[in-house]
Amino acid sequence: MSGSIVTLTSSSFDETIRSSSTPVLVDFWAEWCGPCKAIAPVLEQLATEQAGKLSIAKLNVDDHGSIAERFGVMSIPTLILFKDGEIATKMVGARGKSHILDEISPHLS
Amino acid sequence: MSTTPAHHRVIIIGSGPAGLTAAIYVARASLAPLVIEGEPSSTSDQPGGQLMLTTEVENFPGFPEGIMGPELMQRCRQQAARFGATFVTEKATRLDVSERPFRVWVRDVQYTADAVIVSTGARSLMLGLEEEQRLIGHGLSTCATCDGFFFRGQEIAVVGGGDSALEEAQFLTKFASKVTIIHRRDQLKASKIMQERAKANPKIEFAWNKQVTRILGDSSVTGVELTDTVDGSVSTRPLTGLFVAIGHKPNTDLFKGILDMEDSGYLITQPGSTRTNVPGVFACGDVQDHTYRQAITAAGSGCMAALDCERWLEAQH
Repeated sequence: MSGSIVTLTSSSFDETIRSSSTPVLVDFWAEWCGPCKAIAPVLEQLATEQAGKLSIAKLNVDDHGSIAERFGVMSIPTLILFKDGEIATKMVGARGKSHILDEISPHLS
Repeated sequence: MSTTPAHHRVIIIGSGPAGLTAAIYVARASLAPLVIEGEPSSTSDQPGGQLMLTTEVENFPGFPEGIMGPELMQRCRQQAARFGATFVTEKATRLDVSERPFRVWVRDVQYTADAVIVSTGARSLMLGLEEEQRLIGHGLSTCATCDGFFFRGQEIAVVGGGDSALEEAQFLTKFASKVTIIHRRDQLKASKIMQERAKANPKIEFAWNKQVTRILGDSSVTGVELTDTVDGSVSTRPLTGLFVAIGHKPNTDLFKGILDMEDSGYLITQPGSTRTNVPGVFACGDVQDHTYRQAITAAGSGCMAALDCERWLEAQH
């Protein structure tokens, strides 16, 4: 799983978050969301650059709305960083790579 | 750590219709511009500008069936790249035009240029209420296309009276059970066709002469407090989503004290041209236009800036 982005589903979500050895950054997105598409390349880069320290996963809110609802996602893109199965930090709205890194770095070993 | 400055004949800051049209023309004049296009954002100061947050654009000439905003901008970008424009997907953080060559920074990376075209556009105005910071993304939004999805079957509102507000409201009726347009006057500014569509839409209601004076809710929006602009009476309206579409603020913080601007922040250009008060620096698009603010007028002024810039560079020799 090093360096590649995992696609999450309602059924794989909990297990993936729980069993990950590294923090997981979950990208809540949808096909019709422009800003979601804008951050996609940024997340690809992060996945490669932070491989081994961070896992990145995507959840399509259209297909798996129940997960989005569970975490109170009301605006996309929303990025939630899970560490040891708990929410470490949450970012609502698209932003550049440096801003994402500033927010998640303190939680990466 | 500063790297060796990369020099370009022309640097264009901003990549909406104005910046990209300028890029096409400057590139075709064999001046290989560098476009500092901005970084991803949900607030309309990102690569592609305000049209990245819309759906159908029906009034840009050349598209009788309409075109999606992001697609239009993608095409403009491709066109500019085709002729030799290059891009940095970052926001400019500092500008120094006190001497030549001009210097533009992206954090600690410095770029130099013989001429600069400013096309940083505008971003959505917020209501200016304290609770906005806390509630943005939690029922408060400036992007209907991003967030409308989450309000399926709910009662929501759009604040504003122009085309953007009506377009957002129209789009939101795809999801919401009711969309109330809250406007501080009793007449809309929007184009006739948009007004007719809104009035004909059974899911759209109007709250006239009302100003949102408070947004209610702790972890997410639960309602708004409205103050009547005519008699001052106060009322509360329960709703779970509030979309703000009251206009835009020019992105000119970077140029304070450097380029002449109005009190409102709009850059001042010499009438009939895109020249700013600094020779060699040109401004185009919404950053210097508070009158028209259309994609096509921005594109037109982007072309003007490229031509003004090209002629100015030639005259320097």
